Amino acid sequence: MRYAMAIDTKKCVGCADCVVACQTENNVPIGHCRDWIVENTAGTYPQLELEIRSERCNHCKNSPCVRCCPTGASHYSEGGIVLVTGDDCIGCGACIASCPYDARYPHPEGYVDKCTFCDHRVKNGQKPACVDVCPTHCMYFGDLDDPNSEVSNILKKRKYKRLIPEAGTDPQLYFLI
Amino acid sequence: MRSNRRDFIKISSMGIGGAAVAAPAFNWAEGAIKADNKKPGAEYKRTSTYCEICFWKCAGWVYSNDEGHIWKIEGNADDPHCNGRLCPRGTGGVGMYNDTDRLKTPLIRKTKNGKQVFEEATWDEALDVVAENLKKIANEHGPECVALFTHGSGGKFFGDLLKATGSTNITAPSFAQCRGPRETAFLATYGEIIASPEFTDIRDTKCLVLIGSHLGENMHNGQVQEMSEAIDKGATIITVDPRYSTAASKSKHWLPIKPATDLALLLAWINVLITEEWYDKDYVERYTYGFDQLKNHVQSFTPEWAYGITTLAPEMIRETAKEMANASPAVIVHPGRHVTWYGDDTQRLRAVAILNALLGSWGRKGGFYSPEKKSLPSYPHPEFPKPKRTWRDAHPGKYNLALEVVSNDICDSTIPSPDRACNFKGWIVNGTNLISTLPDLNNTLEAIQNLEFMVVIDTMPMEITGYADVVLPECTYLERYDYCRTDQHREPNIALRMPAVEPKYNTKPSWWMVKKLASKMELDDFFPWKDVEELLDWQLNQVGSSLEEMKRLGVKKFPREYDDLYFFKNQEVEFNTNTGKIELYSTDLAAEGFDPMPVYTKHKEPPPGFYRLNYGRSPAHTFSRTANNPNLTDLVDENVLWVNPQVAKDWSLKNGQPIWLENQDGVKSKFPIKVRITERIRFDSVYMVHGFGHSNKKLSRAYGKGVSDSELITKVLLDPVMGGTGMRGNFVTFKLENPNEEEVMS
Ligand code: SF4
Ligand code: SF4
Ligand code: SF4
Repeated sequence: MRYAMAIDTKKCVGCADCVVACQTENNVPIGHCRDWIVENTAGTYPQLELEIRSERCNHCKNSPCVRCCPTGASHYSEGGIVLVTGDDCIGCGACIASCPYDARYPHPEGYVDKCTFCDHRVKNGQKPACVDVCPTHCMYFGDLDDPNSEVSNILKKRKYKRLIPEAGTDPQLYFLI
Repeated sequence: MRSNRRDFIKISSMGIGGAAVAAPAFNWAEGAIKADNKKPGAEYKRTSTYCEICFWKCAGWVYSNDEGHIWKIEGNADDPHCNGRLCPRGTGGVGMYNDTDRLKTPLIRKTKNGKQVFEEATWDEALDVVAENLKKIANEHGPECVALFTHGSGGKFFGDLLKATGSTNITAPSFAQCRGPRETAFLATYGEIIASPEFTDIRDTKCLVLIGSHLGENMHNGQVQEMSEAIDKGATIITVDPRYSTAASKSKHWLPIKPATDLALLLAWINVLITEEWYDKDYVERYTYGFDQLKNHVQSFTPEWAYGITTLAPEMIRETAKEMANASPAVIVHPGRHVTWYGDDTQRLRAVAILNALLGSWGRKGGFYSPEKKSLPSYPHPEFPKPKRTWRDAHPGKYNLALEVVSNDICDSTIPSPDRACNFKGWIVNGTNLISTLPDLNNTLEAIQNLEFMVVIDTMPMEITGYADVVLPECTYLERYDYCRTDQHREPNIALRMPAVEPKYNTKPSWWMVKKLASKMELDDFFPWKDVEELLDWQLNQVGSSLEEMKRLGVKKFPREYDDLYFFKNQEVEFNTNTGKIELYSTDLAAEGFDPMPVYTKHKEPPPGFYRLNYGRSPAHTFSRTANNPNLTDLVDENVLWVNPQVAKDWSLKNGQPIWLENQDGVKSKFPIKVRITERIRFDSVYMVHGFGHSNKKLSRAYGKGVSDSELITKVLLDPVMGGTGMRGNFVTFKLENPNEEEVMS
């Protein structure tokens, strides 16, 4: 089992619904977020291109955050989901510094928090909240080890890129381009 | 846009400790609610609502517990408006409920020691004042001298109250400040208005043409979803916009038009379709009236002619016309929504309507489908008294083609004038912040000063509340019943809104206020129902449903009365126009003395050093209504000014630099706005999102954030056909230092 997410930059409109849905679903305190939007414009008027990405933790196969966590609070869970056990986290922030994607934030209650791929929903056979809410249906989630999963299928059909591959983290977010 | 990671703002009313991620412990098998009470979060129940954050009214489920905590709001999967997915504003609708800046108790304006203050009052006291004043105006001037401005579901009850008194002056700024020209133009052409949600068949279209309509930034949910579906299916998108909008970035063709010249492009497209004989000949012959006149009319409007006006290359105009023709009839030249731009808007939208007729898209798959709705009958009541006068009597002969009440005309007719026997004396304002909705603020304020009485019903201390004699705090849509939603769609359907939680503070739903007021005004007979549940249940019974069933379903669909979404082959169709045909040549416009076919007029251009002020929408906000919502301000808490890099260089502006704006009439912005230097905007215009720059300090998150475009819109280009207020004829220049001398008043 290898969970992954594909995000279609050709359809995403940057509305940030995924951000709000994540905040409410996961009780992320206002002022923080587990996912966010990046917009990149290239060119000069009127020869322009715009790429919009909904970003979050990349649930890397080779995660610097898991490696550097002194207490083992950051760990790999079922299907490669990278999780933080709040109770074990001492809030030292080493993982925050090590993440090339800036995906983690210090929760005001004293632990580090980040995207969980909504493992509580996934366990129940639901999709992550951000995937389910997206008005443009631009996100695909599933098991890469299953060749017939939605995410495997779309990656067969479309060109994609991953973010900061040179960091060697083997990230599991795929951006369709 | 990266969401700010500001310091944590502790919201004490949040029932859940942050540590416990609420595990969904629901089993929604067959609509049954089975919560396992042992698990955390299990006490959450779900109730039906339809969203009030914008007019799209998506149906959803609210997850709440008995302590009054709302966990989340999700779309109702059976709802054709949203298909189970709310937009960011609807998802963040919970912020409206949690906002501690809400209006909390009724307020009455009193004068104390020569100073006017609001005094907190009981509901009885406040409603007594409202009833007395409305009766007084009715006795002294006639009930028609009271008008209702409404943009919200609760307003329907106040509309009933007004009609019971004998006034039909009920107006929504969504007509004359927004979609009015579109409705007037399509009515003149097809004998039908577009209404809401638009019956554009986007999901099956092969070519979608957007003219200044920035879908994706305006989150008209169903349309955004269908546009995405169309992209998936390989549809061609053509976007006409001086700004490289999100939609433009998804388009095969982006036409970076010079602002204010859209009508020239539309006429050139019509010219090309006719000259090249790319139009749908059979359709035009069968269904339209006035083709020969049109052909003559557009003869000189060649792409070369349009090039000089629009700055768009003739090849580009021809190529895009060809794209449309190739896709015909599965093509939509989108009618847009907010279309009050330059004062000739009805004529521009007529050109859009004509273009669609030439492409044969009306009544065809992938074009415009034929919508249906399920209406619910009114609860039986005595007939409303016939009004002796209406708003039209203030200016006889004006705006005969306006099919709804013109809000700005009511405003004008409130300012006394010797040539009118009667002026408006009382306003009821429900859920619309007229201070930023109506252009030309001074005119609005003058009208308000001339009122004998104004009552404002709102959930938030919007600026308009500051001018009211009585403020009535409405509870949010998450805390109340309203009439069911009965809007048109492919399948007729209705949706229920019911309270998920008890009203916070001392707030009340509109139906309750109106019922009380009716009784104080001796109008009980018109409101014979005991409470809203009885009213809704009776209505639902008439269509074979019930309140109980709707609580379970949230959304109920009904079979269509007519099978077909589209015309069938060679179908004979009688259009609801004078000629029974689609009128390329409008007999209605001709009879009223207007151009029967659209004519391009040149609009004023910005003087040197000035830039056209364009405004639009953010996907995270609806007008000024959401500007203080804690969840949504967390995404976007101010607007920024888009400036082309060349312009920024001329002015030595830096990205993020706060500047003030001054318009052509010397009106200065109260607050500064941060500059966003971007290639995505033309050199001759600037752009900002509407709805910011709030001046009421009681809106703690919105106060002073960004600039209000409305305060800079002092030049109004009136549409002579239907009274719309064109708002894109304003120009601004930059002030690098604060130009305001006095302290900003709250
Ligand atoms: S909800 Fe979907 S369209 Fe909106 S920003 Fe997120 S990924 Fe993009
Ligand atoms: S997968 Fe879940 S936790 Fe991760 S960003 Fe999406 S909603 Fe948030
Ligand atoms: S489009 Fe968004 S704001 Fe409008 S009704 Fe739907 S969910 Fe609410």
